[in-house]
Amino acid sequence: MLRFPGGGLMLQKDFKRLAMILLFAPFALWIVLLVVLPHIGMIRLSLREKVAPRVYEFGFANYLDFVNEPIYWNTLLRTGSMSLLVTALALLIGFPIAYYIAKLASNRTRGALFLICLIPLWVSDLIRAFGWILLLRETGVVSSFLQWSGIVDQPVEFLYNDVTVIVGLVYTVMLFMIVPLVSTLDGMDNSMIEAGYNLGGNGFTVLRRIIIPYAMPGIVSGCIVVFMLTAGSYLTPILLGGKNSSWFTEQIYNQFITRFNWEAGAAFGILLLLFTSTVIWLGLKLSGQTLANTVAKS
Amino acid sequence: MRIKMTVASLLAATMLAGAGTAQAETLRLLTWGSYAPEELIQKFEEENPGIEVEVTFSNNEEMIAKLRATGGAGYDLAQPSHDRIYAAQLEYDIYKPLDLSKINTDAMQAKLLDGVKANTTINGEVYAVPHQWGTSGLMADKTKAPDFKGWDDLCDPQYKGKTSMRLKRTILLGTAFAMGEDPFAAYSDLEKYQQILDRVADKLIECKDNIKAYWNSGDDLSAMMLSGEIVASETWDSTAYKLYDQNQNIVFIPPETGALAWIDTFAIPAKGKADDAAYKWINFVLRPENVTIMSASTGAIASIKGAKDLLPEDKKAAVNAAFTDADIDNLKFFANIPPGVEDMEGRTLEKIKAATGG
Repeated sequence: MLRFPGGGLMLQKDFKRLAMILLFAPFALWIVLLVVLPHIGMIRLSLREKVAPRVYEFGFANYLDFVNEPIYWNTLLRTGSMSLLVTALALLIGFPIAYYIAKLASNRTRGALFLICLIPLWVSDLIRAFGWILLLRETGVVSSFLQWSGIVDQPVEFLYNDVTVIVGLVYTVMLFMIVPLVSTLDGMDNSMIEAGYNLGGNGFTVLRRIIIPYAMPGIVSGCIVVFMLTAGSYLTPILLGGKNSSWFTEQIYNQFITRFNWEAGAAFGILLLLFTSTVIWLGLKLSGQTLANTVAKS
Repeated sequence: MRIKMTVASLLAATMLAGAGTAQAETLRLLTWGSYAPEELIQKFEEENPGIEVEVTFSNNEEMIAKLRATGGAGYDLAQPSHDRIYAAQLEYDIYKPLDLSKINTDAMQAKLLDGVKANTTINGEVYAVPHQWGTSGLMADKTKAPDFKGWDDLCDPQYKGKTSMRLKRTILLGTAFAMGEDPFAAYSDLEKYQQILDRVADKLIECKDNIKAYWNSGDDLSAMMLSGEIVASETWDSTAYKLYDQNQNIVFIPPETGALAWIDTFAIPAKGKADDAAYKWINFVLRPENVTIMSASTGAIASIKGAKDLLPEDKKAAVNAAFTDADIDNLKFFANIPPGVEDMEGRTLEKIKAATGG
């Protein structure tokens, strides 16, 4: 039997290419259909001005509205700064935990510890927020306990203020800080720390000169994820926040739902995206990291 | 042979299944929480084999947003309040005209029917008929706030930190009435309405200090009220009736300037696919024997004649504890919202929420 020379090879090559395309297709579809297209739609929507019922014109009025109304950009700045605070707190609390899990715990306890961090995530945001409400309300568990133990003689309201919102948010996002940190610290050779001590460094120097620089990619990627999640969260700030606490996502919801102003809502959505992206870009510049060696790696 | 048999039976099975789905119709209902009690859905499905009822719970704003997103598709029957139809229809074209001959309008109270018709007629076509009505007003714990009687009492310093309200348009309107204005009359002159809103905003910003928290849903309001964390609040009457059931000291109080009355309606979305089933549901839930079941679940009063007598006993007691005949005469029905007003009110609400006065 005579075989066509090279035919098999050709076929194999085509096959490989087809496999590549097939493997890539779901990802490409996901990006295009669920990320790119909706954003193009949002940008188009945000550049529409309503002139009369069912009549629209092209224009930047929605963005000008944002600039001219202090309430809007104040809320955005407030959301941004509180999100940064949440990110910093999550890092402060998360780093020792991650270090313990990655370096100090035995292999067996490590799994258990990871699981303990993970379990709260099995419950939805809403339920977790209600959990906090039950604990912190004036007639809730904490207040009743304080009264029972005689520390206070009147019910205390812990709910409805900014501190509660921050506590709730830190709790919600903690895991997203711990996971990248653990995976980076895990890759660090213990002998590096030993070498640091051998060369006369104390605990603080070793932490500052060896551990933190090594963990930097994990720290940055954890911070990026946590910051994005916090700035875009809706339920926790709404449910735990008080009468003065506004969150930018709430403004977007109000524009879309209460005021039927989809155009302004879309503009706000785009602005939130631009704002968080700028903050992250700044953070990367300041820490000297790139997206490729932080988020993409861990 | 065996294979052939299997194929044949499979084919038959798919054909049967196909026939089944062709016959079964789904009535997709877009309505308020508690407006579709399970008991009624079962009864309806038994009475109308082949129709399956699918319920989505929502509120006025979300109903409009959902229907606007699809151009009126995805649902077969919606239940917006009577004042939220005209502008939404003008602006987004999300409903279709009703065929009144298919609805048993004779059983409805003429005043409610005519009111809704007047509010929702566009180019001679009627877009909604009334289902149930109720009011927004105040509630208070009689033992702790015995003199509560007007909207502005929410801002009375003697109840500091012990009152609540929902930061939505109801409280704007209530406060305007309490200041001696008639916001509904000002709808025709939006400049004047803006002035009223500005004064209302000042008043409510000043009042923030007095408020414990703004409530978001009937559930968190109930929790605050029952636990005694607050002694009075702005409320829907139905929420107050439910609480009255658990604590007879908590009563609904129609404000002295008049409780604000809403009528929830039936409207058919523009691209609804089960109009006949929708008409069947409308007539079904307005039958006297079903009205009692519905009212037990919603706490609202049906739009048919003699509906007050059809209330379940506990609700009847709560209504009688709350309303005198004079209060009923004093009701202020929500007026149609002209285009643009939602935006003005939204801006005012944002201003109040963002202010750090309190």
